This record gives sequence, structure tokens and C-alpha cells, in this order.
Amino acid sequence: MSGTHTVFPPPSAGEGTLRNRGGEGSDGAERSSPPHEDRALSGSRVPLLRDFVPAQPLLTQGPPSPIPSRARPTWDEQDANLGQARDRSGGGSAAEPSAPQSGYNFAYLDEGTKRMIRRAILKGIAVPGYQVPFASREMPMPYGWGTGGVQVTAAILGRADVLKVIDQGADDTTNAVSIRRFFAKTSGVATTTRTAEATVIQTRHRIPETPLTEGQTLVYQVPIPEPLRYLEPRETETRQLHALAEYGAMHVKLYEDISRHGHIATTYAYPVEVAGRYVMDPSPTPKFDNPKMDGCPALQLFGAGRERRIYAVPPYTRVRSLDFEDHPFRVQEFTHPCALCGAKGVYLDEVLLDDAGNRMFVCSDTDHCEGRRADGHVGTGEAI
Amino acid sequence: MSEPLLQVRGLTKRYGARLACADVSFDLVPGEVLAIVGESGSGKSTLLSLIATELAPDSGTVSYRMRDGALRDLAGLSEAGRRALMRTDWGFVRQDATKGLRMAVSAGGNVGERLMGLGERHYGRIRAQALDWLGRVEIDAGRIDDPPSQFSGGMRQRLQIARNLVTAPRLVLMDEPTSGLDVSVQARLLDLIRRLSAELGLAVIIVTHDLAVARLLSHRIAVMRAGRVIETGLTDRVLDDPEHAYTQLLVSSVLAA
Repeated sequence: MSGTHTVFPPPSAGEGTLRNRGGEGSDGAERSSPPHEDRALSGSRVPLLRDFVPAQPLLTQGPPSPIPSRARPTWDEQDANLGQARDRSGGGSAAEPSAPQSGYNFAYLDEGTKRMIRRAILKGIAVPGYQVPFASREMPMPYGWGTGGVQVTAAILGRADVLKVIDQGADDTTNAVSIRRFFAKTSGVATTTRTAEATVIQTRHRIPETPLTEGQTLVYQVPIPEPLRYLEPRETETRQLHALAEYGAMHVKLYEDISRHGHIATTYAYPVEVAGRYVMDPSPTPKFDNPKMDGCPALQLFGAGRERRIYAVPPYTRVRSLDFEDHPFRVQEFTHPCALCGAKGVYLDEVLLDDAGNRMFVCSDTDHCEGRRADGHVGTGEAI
Repeated sequence: MSEPLLQVRGLTKRYGARLACADVSFDLVPGEVLAIVGESGSGKSTLLSLIATELAPDSGTVSYRMRDGALRDLAGLSEAGRRALMRTDWGFVRQDATKGLRMAVSAGGNVGERLMGLGERHYGRIRAQALDWLGRVEIDAGRIDDPPSQFSGGMRQRLQIARNLVTAPRLVLMDEPTSGLDVSVQARLLDLIRRLSAELGLAVIIVTHDLAVARLLSHRIAVMRAGRVIETGLTDRVLDDPEHAYTQLLVSSVLAA
């Protein structure tokens, strides 16, 4: 049986990872011995759903794991684990990897679902900018909170990964904290707030200021993946427009902007053309971040849970923002530097300080701002 | 006589057991205006949809002389090629302007869309062309940034014409363009269509139930009844000296003012 593994790896042995990291779906200790030894998978048979279900259904313990645990912990042990997870995520900027909460499969989703999502991701990478339909699952969070991004992250996460989650550039807002805790609990991977240390960064609406590097993956949460939706409500028609590369309507939107405001007033979800072919919605990131997508060394994945679409931009791919010859694409400019760290040329958030109109502009990327302040950079700290 | 621009042969379409269009054949030469008349339900609009390849015929062919001079069967073109032809060399002015226009987009954007679809990426040039065309269809230049939802019925139809003609098409299909408009607006629109088609040398197929419209605009008339073309000929001849009993009935039914 063990000899057949090299020829026909079982579905959950981690062969579907994008970067060929082993280890997900099983503990490190289990990796030493061939997994699924007790399983009736023969090398030639297509695995069936029932292969993934444990012999004794454990209805109270969440989704079934394809890896039968050798020794399931008692309820007391599980409670202790849960307590640890809560303590760990309570404070600090980084958490070491630890044993995941039992009862859930590694990173919450079952291995069959992860494989399905990975197939969609691979197809998306093969056809940059093309929206691949996938069977989006119900996640334990409402639509609009990042169900698409969470599913993509769950599908690509490996035991050795270090996860960072940001929401509007910040590591400490509700959405970011909840998702980071979710994966800390269900997968036990290490988490961080430092962009440079992370291997997987799930983001809502920002690209970190620190330049991304090879080997990193940026996962976007996407509410509406269809860039043509503004002009064409029919899905059948937009698909045809994509297939025939009829993107004239996209420029109608920009034309309307100029005719109304004198300049292209679209400031977020600014449409881009990927690899000279598909027009793509970069999710509601500010157009300030569009240039960072062009030729980015990191892999960029986009997940839309409610709309059930996954798309991707492979590393070092041309991403061009649409514009007119006489109204070229331009990013936002800020007149003041960050009030906390004095950074220029970064995206700033406006913070209202009181009801007398005092406000302050500070870095939207909290990690970038903290890093600069730790290095001794200081802003004016004053309201404008 | 010059070579035909459009060649229709044996076009037949059934909706179940009902015959909507039976064995229709005709040629259209460049610059010619053909009116298709008949009462409601006679198959006029079905015929127009068949020619525009919006419907697939049960049998028969529609061939079009491309810009390279070759006559090609439209059914043999790729989907992309057919769509490209429809939005460059053809125009379609619809009875219901809300179907032919983007109601939420400004008049200038409506006129400019075809240009942007062809790859024009210079805002100033697109706008200049849009202004030029609004002038030619007698829409005030100050309305360029207003959406057609704020336009009157006659203005919407004129905007539709501008939107279609901006790419200098050679063939324009019109489906009852003047119905629902009051007579003075109708007269103005007819003048405009007549002037533009003469100036630009457009070939036009106009579907109408109004014989006065057919007399004003068209060189030739085809009379349809129950899916069949029962009489064709020069407009004056058909309207002044109808041969078929049904055409005689149709002509005599027109109320004199």
C-alpha cells in the first residue's frame, strides 16, 4: 500500500498545494508514517465521498476530517485547547504555530472542497484575469465579510505558512482580527502583522505599502467581481463580452466620469486589463494601489464568495489601468504626510478627532506606520 | 444597376406551427431605401430580426457585401465577426428607444460607445465626434451630458440615429422609428432620415405600418401579409397602382387628412 503512494497519492496528501508545501490536513507527527494506511483506497480506484467520512460519524464535532485522528482528544482536552487559542489571539503582534483546535479539519474546509477550490485557483492562474466559477461554500460568517477570501486562504494554507490579515490596511480591525483568529484556531498556523514575515496575506481593500516579494501570496476579498456589471446587468451577456474581448463599455464608464467631473473620478475598484487580455475588477482597493499590482512578484488571488468566482494575477504579470490618451491614469496624491510617522507617498486615512472639524491624516497601513515609528520616524502628531 | 449590398434568399421562420416568415427573397443595392409594410403580425419585425441575425432562420440565407467587396453569408461568420459587423458597418434603430440606448449614460456616452468599442482612446476626439453628430441630428449641444431618460420621444429617436451613424455604417435597419410620435415630430424625424440617408448614401430597410412614411422615405416597397411578401415594386407604382387585392385594401384604408 505504501508503495502506491508515489504513483497515486490520496486526495488529502497535500499534492494539490500551489507551492508544494506538505503537511496540511495532518499533524507533523503523522507525516512520518504514510497517511491513510488504514484506508481502503486502492491505487486504481477513484476516491468516493464515503472515503472521506470516518467510520463512526461524529455529528457533534463539526465537519468530518479525512484524516482519522489516531487518538481523538476528550472533551476536556478540547476545551483546554480552545482556551489556549483564545489566550494566544488575545494580544501581541505574532503568534507561534500551535496545535489547531480539534474537531475541525485543518483550516476549517474539508479536503474535497479545498481540492475543488485549488482547481479553480490553478485555472485562474493559467488564464490571468478570467473569472473562474467555483462551488462557494457557506462559511461561518456573513456574505460581504470576506467569505471568498477566507475560502481561498483555507485552500492554499499550509502548516508552515505565516498568515497576515488586513482590513483597509489595518491589522487590528474587527474583520482582520476575526479572520486571523479563525485560522489560528482551525489551522494553528503562525500569524503575524508584519508584511515582510507573512507568506499568505488576506486583504480587504488594500495592498500593503511594503513591497511584496516572491513566494508571498496576496488573497483579496471581492464583493463584486464583474467589472462590466455597471453597464450590463445580464451575466450571460457579460460573459460573452469577456469571451469576445468587447470592452468598449468599460470606457463608457470612464467617459461618463470625465464628462461629469472633468477627470476620471473613479477612485476605487478601478478597472484593469490583465496580461493584455481580460479586464478585471481589482476589488474595492483604492486606485492608489493599482500600480502595485503591475509586475508584482507575489501571487495575487481574488475570491468572491457570494458571486462564486475566483480569479488570479500570476507573479510578474502586466496589469494596466484603463484610461484615455488625453486623460491618463493617475493615483491620488496627499498634501500632508502621515501625522504619526511622517511617511509621504503612502495611502492615508482621514481620522476625525472631534466635532469641531479637526482631523488627522495617518497611514492606512498600520504595519508600515508602526515599523517606521519603531525606526525613529516621527510625524507632526497634529490635527489639520 | 450596381451589385447588391445585401442579398436575402428564401428566408423562412416558423414559431412552432405558425409561419412567421415564408420564403422571402430580395436584393438591396447601396444607397437604396426599402420599406417593408404590412399590418401588425404580418411578419415584418421577424423578417428584420432575421436579417439582423438576432433570430436564426429555419431556412434561407442572408449575404452581405463586406468592405473588401466579397459577398458573404452572415451565418458563416464567427460570432465575434458578426458582432463587429453589427456595431460598425450596420445600424439598428429600434421602435423602443430604451432598447437601443443606454438610458443611464449621457447622450455623449451613447454616441461615443461605438467609437470606444472600435478602440478610440482619446476623450477629446470622442467628444468632438459626439458633438458633431448631435448637431447633425438637431440635438442642442448643451444636452450632451444629459441622459436620454430626460429626453423627449423624438429626441431619443434622433439620438439613436446619431449613435448608429457615428461609425459611418453602410446599412441601417429601422423598426417603426416614427411610431408613437406626434405628427410634427414625426415629420421632422422623417426629414432627418431622408436627408441623412441621401447625404451618406445609406442603404436602409425600414419596417413600418404607415404608408405615408413608406411613400416619403423609400424607393421600393415590399408588402407583407401572413409572413409572405405578396407584392413588391417601386414605391409610387405600388401605392398609386396596387396590383394585389390586399395592397389595394391597405392603400384604400389610409385616412385622408
